[in-house]
Amino acid sequence: MIFGRRRSRNPLVLALARHALLVAILVVILYPLLWMVGASFRPSNEAFGTLSVLPGNLTTENYVEGWSFGNLNFSRFFLNSVVITLLAVVGNVVACSMAAYAFARLTFPFKKTMFALMLGTMLLPYHVTLVPQYVLFNELAWINTILPLVVPKFLATDAFFIFLMVQFIRTLPHELDDAARMDGCGHIGIFRRIVLPLSIPALGTTALFTFISTWNDFLGPLLYLVRPETWTVAQGLNGFLDATGESAYGPLFAMATLSLAPIVGFFLVAQRLLIEGIATSGLK
Amino acid sequence: MTAGTATPVAPPVPAPVAARTSRRTHEAIAAYGFLSPWIAGMLLLTVGPMVYSLYLSFTRYNLMTPAQWVGFDNYVRMFTADPRYLASVSVTLRYVAISVPLLLVVSLLVAMLLNKGMTFLAGYRAAFYLPSLIASSVAIAVLWRQVFGQDGIVNEVLALVGIEGGSWIGNPRTALSTLVVLHVWSFGSTMIIFLAGLRQVPKEYYEAAAVDGAGAVRRFVHITLPMLTPLIFFNLLLSTVNAFQAFTPAYVISGGEGGPLDSTLFYTLYLYQRGFANLEMGYASAMAWMLVVVLALFTAGLFASARFWVHYGDER
Repeated sequence: MIFGRRRSRNPLVLALARHALLVAILVVILYPLLWMVGASFRPSNEAFGTLSVLPGNLTTENYVEGWSFGNLNFSRFFLNSVVITLLAVVGNVVACSMAAYAFARLTFPFKKTMFALMLGTMLLPYHVTLVPQYVLFNELAWINTILPLVVPKFLATDAFFIFLMVQFIRTLPHELDDAARMDGCGHIGIFRRIVLPLSIPALGTTALFTFISTWNDFLGPLLYLVRPETWTVAQGLNGFLDATGESAYGPLFAMATLSLAPIVGFFLVAQRLLIEGIATSGLK
Repeated sequence: MTAGTATPVAPPVPAPVAARTSRRTHEAIAAYGFLSPWIAGMLLLTVGPMVYSLYLSFTRYNLMTPAQWVGFDNYVRMFTADPRYLASVSVTLRYVAISVPLLLVVSLLVAMLLNKGMTFLAGYRAAFYLPSLIASSVAIAVLWRQVFGQDGIVNEVLALVGIEGGSWIGNPRTALSTLVVLHVWSFGSTMIIFLAGLRQVPKEYYEAAAVDGAGAVRRFVHITLPMLTPLIFFNLLLSTVNAFQAFTPAYVISGGEGGPLDSTLFYTLYLYQRGFANLEMGYASAMAWMLVVVLALFTAGLFASARFWVHYGDER
């Protein structure tokens, strides 16, 4: 009976109540982020002790101060992060799409076994290869270079993206391959001229998620990039915290805001692609 | 048999077979070409290292002197002579057991709120989703230190209603909860998967149930939940596996120590400390293998339980 009565209520009131609830949840969720951006633009003497997200006296001194703070050099950190991230994106897109084409379109011995192996590595916690990979890269004298962070991407170690692209390529009509073959295309031609151009949504999803996870990555750089001039932005922020404790929150928040900017920027441009990427593939 | 009785046109058998074989061989060669980066990565960076780490887990090895075989010593030491190991297990299990169910419930509730022919749906979806992209970043961990610190905004909000809070991160009794909150804060990606699932539930089911007089709770229990079980299964598996491997927030918030009093000593953080701060590569490898075993057992258990509670549409 209770539910019967509830259903007969004014739908407009219900809709408004729902919106009010959602907005309330959103405010709680996004408030800390907005507060941080606000604090990063506030002069240091009025930075804290306020709940306002508005800067009041707008200033960029925190950004100037944070950009080169003590021996922390964020020009360097950003450059390092950009180089590592771009190479990782290229590596993942190229290597994973090549493997995906073979799994989705070609027949070859041991295909099923290899595919199962590939799926198996998706659930494997990467910590089990962490120590031996470190030993290997240490033997190769790759410590303090970007190679341990970039080379694995060119060897398609992120099996999830192979899987994502296999699923996508399987939906492309085979007639296109046959037509291309009639026109004298080999497998490389079919891959480059037919499959890759049609797979742009899957390649884009892969590129974006690789970008975000590489940009955010902390453990990898922490292990391999020991010298401060090789640090990434994430390490720079952590170094900031180590160096100042909690005393320089203004500049720290300025750099934290800048470090999130590329991700939020890409998100605003490509949110549809990202959201559909997770909705259909379960990517997180 | 004379030449005259021979069929003028030989049945076209041998040549095409050869062509087919060569085409098949050709395709296999091409396939292995396309797969070569992945095969190299698989052997050099996954399978090889796994075998090597299994070996290392039975040794004492500090990178400088050769690995020394110690049998099961590392494994025995974990459970009998290393209270910090047991502390890290307890911290991680509590973290997983609290944050994963909370995350799933919040995601499902918000997904259901959004699944009612909403206006601004795309905007809401995007806004809820944003935190999950950045939750594991150092920037957010840095922010969290302030938010739940002594002078943080949580305490300022509490002060408005006259409650005086201390440092949530500095207090061993509450430090882990701040990390749980951070994990739940990133519910957006899970929510989007639920939302996609909710939109697949045929409207007729709800209409039929409403005609039969089923209320909102009954419709939820008898229609929504069963229809969503495949996605609950999927999200539970993925969220748990992810939660077991959480690292960055705990590292940054506790300054790499897992403190105060080991209250945020996540399993992976302790593994890092042992392996890379203390250079106990053998012990760290043994810890990694314990994690593999636990996750494998969890996954196997979840899959085994699935036939009792996961309903796929085509079984009806």
